Amino acid sequence: MVDSFRINFFKRIFLRRECLLVLLIIVVNVINTNLSPYYLNVINLFDMTFNFMEKGFIVLIMALIMITGNIDISVASNIAMSSVVMAVSYQSGLNIVICIILGLLTGTLGGFINGYLITKFRLSSIVVTLGTMSLYRGIPFIILGDQAVTKFPEGFAYIGQGYIGDTLIPFQLVVFIILAVIFSLLLHKTTFGRHIYSIGTNENACRYSGVPVDSIKLKIFAISGFLSALAAIFLTSRIGVSRPSIALGYELEIITIVVLGGVSMYGGEGTIPGVVLSLFLVGFVRYGLSLKNVPASMIVIIIGLVLIFSVMIPNVLNEFNINKKLKRRA
Amino acid sequence: MNKKPWNKNLLLIFVKFRELGILIFIILLVLIVSLRSPYFLTLSNLNVILLDISILFIVAVGQMVVLLSKNLDLSVGSGVALVGMIVAMTVSKNWNIQPVVAILMGVGYGLFFGALNGVVISKGKVSPVITTLGTMSIYRGLAFMISGGAWVDAVEMPESFKLIARGKILGIPNLIFFMIVIFIIFYYLLNHTRIGRQIYAVGSNREASKMVGISTDKITFLVYSLSGILFGLGGVLWVSRYASAQSDSAMGFEFQTIAACVIGGVNIAGGSGTLPGLLMAVLFLGIINNALNLVRISPFLKLAVQGLVILIAVITDVLIKRRFQKVLLLREKEL
Repeated sequence: MVDSFRINFFKRIFLRRECLLVLLIIVVNVINTNLSPYYLNVINLFDMTFNFMEKGFIVLIMALIMITGNIDISVASNIAMSSVVMAVSYQSGLNIVICIILGLLTGTLGGFINGYLITKFRLSSIVVTLGTMSLYRGIPFIILGDQAVTKFPEGFAYIGQGYIGDTLIPFQLVVFIILAVIFSLLLHKTTFGRHIYSIGTNENACRYSGVPVDSIKLKIFAISGFLSALAAIFLTSRIGVSRPSIALGYELEIITIVVLGGVSMYGGEGTIPGVVLSLFLVGFVRYGLSLKNVPASMIVIIIGLVLIFSVMIPNVLNEFNINKKLKRRA
Repeated sequence: MNKKPWNKNLLLIFVKFRELGILIFIILLVLIVSLRSPYFLTLSNLNVILLDISILFIVAVGQMVVLLSKNLDLSVGSGVALVGMIVAMTVSKNWNIQPVVAILMGVGYGLFFGALNGVVISKGKVSPVITTLGTMSIYRGLAFMISGGAWVDAVEMPESFKLIARGKILGIPNLIFFMIVIFIIFYYLLNHTRIGRQIYAVGSNREASKMVGISTDKITFLVYSLSGILFGLGGVLWVSRYASAQSDSAMGFEFQTIAACVIGGVNIAGGSGTLPGLLMAVLFLGIINNALNLVRISPFLKLAVQGLVILIAVITDVLIKRRFQKVLLLREKEL
């Protein structure tokens, strides 16, 4: 009895996705520190977060969407659309604050349209967002063609490049942490969050038991649009340029991070701490490898391998354990 | 109220014919475009459309087989690029390789990469999405690594290799010939063999299939191997058709194949979908693309219009189906 309790306890703690991710982060950090003397440097470590914070915003909401068993692959295109709308309206002489609001509205509208089509016509989210992925990427191309907007007002750069006061903490990182806290409270401590899990587990049962499935879906897709626009503002400010081909391929990176964080594509599973850890894991891997001048193609391969093996190894170990137990019983 | 039976039967046929919405949309599209451009409805243009869609169709068939068994293959785009690159590099170093050998080589490599997906999923118990997301990065990265980011140009390829995509068999262009052969083989496989029915069964209800003695692991392995074979073939044809191998070719191709499957009525959650439906969807995508070129729409508008048309198509499809189902239900109550 004590034995089985201990095993269960062990399992509960160590077979959790988050533990594995923490373990992997430690391993990666130890390896990286040994590989490069520049790795364990506070300035560098804070600065490397600039590279993936925009993706981080979307990772949070993508986790929610995927927990309901849906997916939004139009996020990167939505970034491009909001970014270009914002930039072009600034170019036409509007105040930058109004432009930012316009950008946010555009993104939110994009997300709302996704949600509306999915709930109103009961279409699968992958079909709708596949369509809007082309549509939202196409609209900035109509607006800007092959041009780019590079002129932004002085203070605008602070959003994506600034630090909090005199400290080394990037403004972006703080925004991300606030968002992450809000999202984990939302998902893990509210009825809304429980509804999201239950939709992912059994949508029909939810409808019969009075969960407002459509309104929840509409909300999370609209939030996804809003956060894409927010990411667009930070990204545009950080790289100082807006063009239709901005953020190309982000959707796959974001989905990879969410899946690595333990969210099941078929819904019902996953946590916010999991995806945040996975975001940082991917960030550490990329940062360490690029310090060693590893080519980008190799980094891509390594992240792919980490993704597969982080799931395969626990699975295989688990199966091995079960087999051993069965043998002992026999 | 006694309705004529043929009326109901006709309706039933319509309802069973899941791809009706797309068909109506294709007809509408053809009508509108042929008003704008007289060249659209000619035999040579049809030839162009078919040539354009053949590779997408071949790879999408693999994706469909995978989807039918309630799996997903996100690695097809990278697979096309990687196999294409390997074959192109081999051929550019040995000019005397026969075209048939080159094709077999592509199929072989494709089989290997597809089977790798299959092994990880069925033996490693890793979910299909994670596995193929991972191999998508890995295969793409490998394509970059082996080529060092360089292209294999048209001048580096022997004429015989480029003829694979341009030649003709019995008066039919090779690409279309391949498409027809693949269609026939897979139509037979899916509808008239035990394995085909097992693929559908596993997709509809994995647990039940296990109970009746279907080896779901074997089926999973099989569908990924088939998908591999097809993206291998697609890779060779791609390189031969465009006469250049680039490590970033076929980016986003996995989404195109999934879009084709979904528009063609393949259920993403497994178990249903037909090959004619897929063919119609691929044809539909090809026609949009071709029509946009013929009507001389600005290239910057093309992407947005493509997305819009796909959205309208799937919405019409849903609306038509709902309408039919409503009518059918009413009739059944009356009878």
